[in-house]
Amino acid sequence: MLDITPKEIKPRTALRINPAKTCQPIGAMYAALGIHGCLPHSHGSQGCCSYHRMHLTRHFKEPVMASTSSFTEGSSVFGGLANLSQAINTIFTVYNPEVIAVHTTCLSEVIGDDIPNIIAKAVSEGTVPEGKFVFHANTPSFAGSHMTGFSSMVRAMVHYFSEKTGAESGQVNIIPGFVNPADMREIKRIASEMGVPALLFPDTSDVLDTPLTGKYDFYPPGGVTIKQLRTTGDSLRTLALGPFASEAAGAYLDEKCDVPCDILDLPIGIAATDRFVHALKNVAAQDVPASINYDRGRLIDVMNDMHRYTHGLKVAVFGDPDHVTSMVEFLLDLNMKPVHVVTGTPGNRFERRMTEILEGRLPDSNFSANADLFLLHQWIKNEPVDLLIGNTYGKYIARAEDLPFVRFGFPTLDRIGHQFKPHVGYTGALHLLESILNAIMDRQDRDATDETLELVM
Amino acid sequence: MSDSKDNTQTAGSALIPLPDPSPVLKEMLDIYPPKVARKRAKHIRVNDPHDVPEVEANVRTIPGIITQRGCCYAGCKGVVIGPIKDLVQIVHGPIGCSYYAWGTRRNLANQDPSVESYMPYCFSTDLTEDEIIFGGEKKLRAAIQEAYELFHPKAIAVFSTCPVGLIGDDVHAVARQAKADLGINVFGFSCEGYKGVSQSAGHHIANNGVFKNMVGIKEPETPFTNPFRINVLGEYNIGGDAWEIERVLTRCGIEVVATFSGNALYDQIGQSHHANLNVVMCHRSINYMAEMMETKFGIPWIKVNFIGADSMSKSLRKIAQYFDDAGLSERVEAVIAEELSALKAVREDVTRRCSGKLALCYAGGSRSHHWRELFKDIEMRLVSAGYEFAHRDDYEGSRVASSIKVDADSRNIEELAVEADPERYRPRKTQEQVAVLEENGLKLATYDGMMPDMEANAIVIDDISHHEMEKMIEFYKPDIFCSGIKDKFVIEKMGVPCKQIHSYDYGGPYAGYKGAANFYRDIDTMINSSARRFLKAPWESQPELQANFAVRPEKKKG
Repeated sequence: MLDITPKEIKPRTALRINPAKTCQPIGAMYAALGIHGCLPHSHGSQGCCSYHRMHLTRHFKEPVMASTSSFTEGSSVFGGLANLSQAINTIFTVYNPEVIAVHTTCLSEVIGDDIPNIIAKAVSEGTVPEGKFVFHANTPSFAGSHMTGFSSMVRAMVHYFSEKTGAESGQVNIIPGFVNPADMREIKRIASEMGVPALLFPDTSDVLDTPLTGKYDFYPPGGVTIKQLRTTGDSLRTLALGPFASEAAGAYLDEKCDVPCDILDLPIGIAATDRFVHALKNVAAQDVPASINYDRGRLIDVMNDMHRYTHGLKVAVFGDPDHVTSMVEFLLDLNMKPVHVVTGTPGNRFERRMTEILEGRLPDSNFSANADLFLLHQWIKNEPVDLLIGNTYGKYIARAEDLPFVRFGFPTLDRIGHQFKPHVGYTGALHLLESILNAIMDRQDRDATDETLELVM
Repeated sequence: MSDSKDNTQTAGSALIPLPDPSPVLKEMLDIYPPKVARKRAKHIRVNDPHDVPEVEANVRTIPGIITQRGCCYAGCKGVVIGPIKDLVQIVHGPIGCSYYAWGTRRNLANQDPSVESYMPYCFSTDLTEDEIIFGGEKKLRAAIQEAYELFHPKAIAVFSTCPVGLIGDDVHAVARQAKADLGINVFGFSCEGYKGVSQSAGHHIANNGVFKNMVGIKEPETPFTNPFRINVLGEYNIGGDAWEIERVLTRCGIEVVATFSGNALYDQIGQSHHANLNVVMCHRSINYMAEMMETKFGIPWIKVNFIGADSMSKSLRKIAQYFDDAGLSERVEAVIAEELSALKAVREDVTRRCSGKLALCYAGGSRSHHWRELFKDIEMRLVSAGYEFAHRDDYEGSRVASSIKVDADSRNIEELAVEADPERYRPRKTQEQVAVLEENGLKLATYDGMMPDMEANAIVIDDISHHEMEKMIEFYKPDIFCSGIKDKFVIEKMGVPCKQIHSYDYGGPYAGYKGAANFYRDIDTMINSSARRFLKAPWESQPELQANFAVRPEKKKG
């Protein structure tokens, strides 16, 4: 497995090998699914839509609905106006959504299709039924990553829908970032326990984690409604979780409607969750309830009791920047050593944040944005680790280097759990810690001799 | 129809004829805008196996319709070229296209330590805004150079994606230059996603590229001696199918020169012109290759189907008949007898539970026809089927191929002008031999299509939409639905088990005899899985249960 990856690292300037990112539109598609009654629409070739739906489906094991402009060679020469206009008509007639969320692709971006104009034309021609909406985000695949696409689609929600009416809502916006439905559900639970009336957008809980009943809901019950999105402009505050996924929308809402925004790390691990809970406490202006303190205490209990299994172990971590940032901090808090850290998403901001977190604690750690798994593997060959943490694609490296492997982040295509176990909050941190400990303990058992096999651990 | 499902057939009894499905077809089309309805109606046909109706196929999907289809790039790199394991495959474009084709089709490959396999690797030029504006050729050149220095591969293939076509990068010129500079084979595929109307265009482009740049470029180190040597075309080793096929062929004494392209090596394809017969599995993705190899090298082709035990036997007999050798025929019969006998118990066991059950199948461009045979083995009925990217000849047979009108989308896909190779053209059969074979019922260079094998009143749907799929499930309430990952969980949510026949739900192989056994068992487990029994909570279906769920012990009377 990966036998031909050399240990010696030669600089590469052009060839990307085994990426730790994908392109923008899939993030936009995922974000759009967090609006109730929304059909994401991919304005490009059929393959884009097909690949994104395939990939999201494999991660969530749930139906993922989206439509496409089905570009042909003709549309790529003459532009996609006719395709999108026809698509809007077809979609409202056949699939009857509340809203269509159009995202672009590299193809339509290079052509330069003017999406707002096409939408305006559809509205003026009466193709968009009364009370229904079409909105869009530009998501060129050749810039940023799937994180950027997610971020741009959430920003588009603010751009198209947020309004400041002056009404007092007492509500707090939470932008949860590119996390799983179980995480969104957990964020809502924490806010509710804290007594904070929170509006989450997007919100894919009850959209991509629906029950099996024998009846298929094309538009599942979850998701933020357009009506709710409108009210985000009157909220007290916005908590934007994960700067890469959520800052753009949070900052824009501040600019557009004067809603102050706190940009926080994703609440993964103890310290980042502490900061999130603290921010909620400040908003709620009331004490942290016992239930949350208990959650926190149970986490510390396991961190303390099982400390000897984690202390000093070297870890390689990769994935999306918001996830990786918080995970690295959590690993340091477990006295582990995240010696190699990679995200595929470009951005100096990630490297600045890594420097802040690692400075004084593990200053010699290797970290890089805009990097790939080929480099990570080479780093591991040069300085071996005890544990690998990342998405499913880490499986090849784990096998090649015989490493215990904890699946974390998007996509997880080959294990179950992320669909219903949160990774955010104290409970999420406990789930992560459980996975880390069990991986380490399974490895100890596997490597033990008959004489050293421990019954009690 | 839903009523008749309760009267499912028992083994051996006569099949109830399928009802006229016209009412559901009307209902299915009613929802569409009038123009869309008119177009979709041409893709939906009620079958008459004796007078096969014309099906509109291989035309554009209407924008906004939720389709199963992918793009040209997916057909070229994802399907046909992807499985060639010792070929470095660099996707020239933004990262997504290469990322999504990374390990996502289950074209398995064995990892021989003597062969450099790039299967777990994903290569891309990861184009960014600057290159989109100023051109990406420089980056592509550098990427090829870096790949060469890292791995020293035998050959490098480059694939164009949508924006590359628009910004006008000349990947072929870059490839030619790299080939001259590096002294290895480097070639490009102009398989931009927007070309054609589905993956199908990509298959054709891939066939052209393989034919131009790979087939016939290698002479074997030791000459082939087995006269019964064939290429298996259109077999991608999903779930290990090619291995099972090769196992059986080897038992019969038939040698596989190259498989196109499951588990294939670059050099195997290079010397594939030494085969004496091409057998075609997936007609849609590879028929071009079969025809071009016949014209250039004189290798005849026959359509086979190694999916389904009976159909595997039939295909083996066809190959034996072609080679016209008593010894070979004898071996083939002995192998068939042995393999069928080994399969007998599981087949009978599963048939007992599955006979008469209904299946629907919509996928690919040849699979639905192949899978029908597996269902037939266990007496299940494929009552409706269709393809995602087939052409009319896949439905109706080669007889209509010449009458298919070439539209603007197809015209842009290059048709190679192929001539007989002046030195290497060698007809494997004389005209007289061909005439005798055909007289005895072996049809060369032709495919009868799926519809003549389907029942009367079966519904055939080309490029089925999400809406039509839901309607079909409501109408037939099938026992199993075959499709792909995008439909999988929709169907499961409706309480119907869905077999993914692109990925086999990560099982398989399903080809050959051992594969058939795997399939029977998998279908049996899906149809008889317990989970769906719990769809209704006890308090929903039996409210009275509440009163007596606990048994109270009798009080002792003291």
